[in-house]
Amino acid sequence: MNRVLKRLGLTGQGLVTSVPYLWLVLFFLVPFVIVLKISFSTAAIAMPPYAPLLHWVSEKVVQVQLDFSNFMFLVEDNLYWKAYLNSIMVAAISTILCLLIGYPIAYSIARSPPSSRNILMLMIVLPFWTSFLLRVYAWIGILKQNGLLNNTLMWLGVIHEPLQIMQTYTAVYIGIVYSYLPFMILPLYANLEKMDLTLLEAASDLGCKPWQAFYKITLPLSQPGIVAGCLLVFIPAVGEFVIPSLLGSPGMLMIGKVLWTEFFNNRDWPVASAVAIALLMFLVIPIMYYQRAQDAEAGGGLHR
Amino acid sequence: MTQGRSWFRLSALVIGFAFLYIPIMSLVVYSFNESKLVTVWAGFSTKWYGELLHNQQILGAAWLSLKIAAVSATIAVVLGTLAGLVLARFGPFRGRTLLSGLTTAPLVMPEVITGLSMLLLFVTMEQLIGWPAGRGMTTIVIAHVTFTMAYVTVVVQSRLSQMDDSLEEAAMDLGARPSRVFFLITLPIITPALLSGWLLAFTLSVDDLVTTSFVAGPGSSTLPMVIFSKVRLGVSPDINALATIVVAIVAVGVVIAGVMMSRQQKARDRDAQMALAANQQMIESLKKG
Repeated sequence: MNRVLKRLGLTGQGLVTSVPYLWLVLFFLVPFVIVLKISFSTAAIAMPPYAPLLHWVSEKVVQVQLDFSNFMFLVEDNLYWKAYLNSIMVAAISTILCLLIGYPIAYSIARSPPSSRNILMLMIVLPFWTSFLLRVYAWIGILKQNGLLNNTLMWLGVIHEPLQIMQTYTAVYIGIVYSYLPFMILPLYANLEKMDLTLLEAASDLGCKPWQAFYKITLPLSQPGIVAGCLLVFIPAVGEFVIPSLLGSPGMLMIGKVLWTEFFNNRDWPVASAVAIALLMFLVIPIMYYQRAQDAEAGGGLHR
Repeated sequence: MTQGRSWFRLSALVIGFAFLYIPIMSLVVYSFNESKLVTVWAGFSTKWYGELLHNQQILGAAWLSLKIAAVSATIAVVLGTLAGLVLARFGPFRGRTLLSGLTTAPLVMPEVITGLSMLLLFVTMEQLIGWPAGRGMTTIVIAHVTFTMAYVTVVVQSRLSQMDDSLEEAAMDLGARPSRVFFLITLPIITPALLSGWLLAFTLSVDDLVTTSFVAGPGSSTLPMVIFSKVRLGVSPDINALATIVVAIVAVGVVIAGVMMSRQQKARDRDAQMALAANQQMIESLKKG
């Protein structure tokens, strides 16, 4: 029985491999091919609302109709350019803020006594287990005109007029940094915790000041953690939809919002697909970079 | 000098945790506010909880979300465990890079892209083979399994690569078949990882808004979709009450997990001590013999 199966190429290993493989290919890889296909089709009033790519001209001739107008539309209309550039800028600034806030926290936890490290890391990850949507919602209550922040500042006498923070970029930065901070801290902590502290002792013995030792040893050695953390924040932040639509102003151009509007409000599936493909083309390089870094890390784990 | 640095560490932690926890605490505090204005305090009240429990739309959506999360987390754990096993144990094979790419990409892929592509797949499949007919719970479950299994894979893969594989090798040397080794040795050892993977997948599924909005049909609104449509119009006190309930559930879960983990640790320490004692006894008896 086993030999028969083996001859058919159906080994246990093959079977175990093929189940998750098939699932991911069918439900993750194939969909992108379909998005690509639909991005080249013409919008039509139908269900689904686009015209097919393939036309049977006669019995044996298939005509493929590729419609580049969706992409031309993206290039010609200023709105899309602005939305792309804006999203990249917002994501980049949020990533830098995340790093500036997350690094000291990760560093402090990694240098805490070993007994308290796990509990501190648990406290970093804990908010992640409560709803993301509700945590973004919490900031509306804090940042709005008569919200917690304005009320506190006015009560303290720091300001006399309420600050307009809601519906500005500041609110969006706060929302993104708040939601993605654990993703920055986790890889940074994993890296800083493994660091060989005798290097710092050696540096100090040789007369290095603490900040010099940090700059010359800790910072360069933590580079893989910094790269992983930044990619984990930057890539999803570029396509972020929930935070700008709840905390930002209605007119704020972000590519995630544009895609959502094209799809749900304008019902223009081909343009929405073209927006998705263009976004993906931009993100494919950082995603592959992240994947390679992850794989190298996992490979290192195997050889240990 | 050391003192200066410990002062820096302490303030970084205090500010960091204040930033993380003040918003959550404000949600909880304002949920007991009498006023409809949420942030203007008008006295203690639990009326928003009563209102929440009578809101059929929210209750129905919550029930649907929990069902979807339980089913998709279970499927995600099975598929994610297989994928993690393949990546950690099967060594290099043709197509390994693709598999590893397919399991890490959903972790970072912006959700608007995943959601759109999934929906277009379902529409195309319905045109070609007539399945899935329409969109609803089935399509949401498939979408959730696809992006949550990536998290399970990461958890299982890292657990397996930390794990000492000498036990598995010993069982193989003694003639156990790979499937037997997996069920008798590997599975019991990675069970805690599977449990945390399941909880992670469950949480992500309950919480997901964007992907779900794309693949949900009419009449299958999940809890985040209902919350989002309410919150878009501004703050609303019954959402604060809902948030407080979520926070309470998570807090209780964390306490239970903490107790269980410390118990396991104690049991492990005890086992180790007993093994050590038995070992010593054996050595002594050998010496005597």
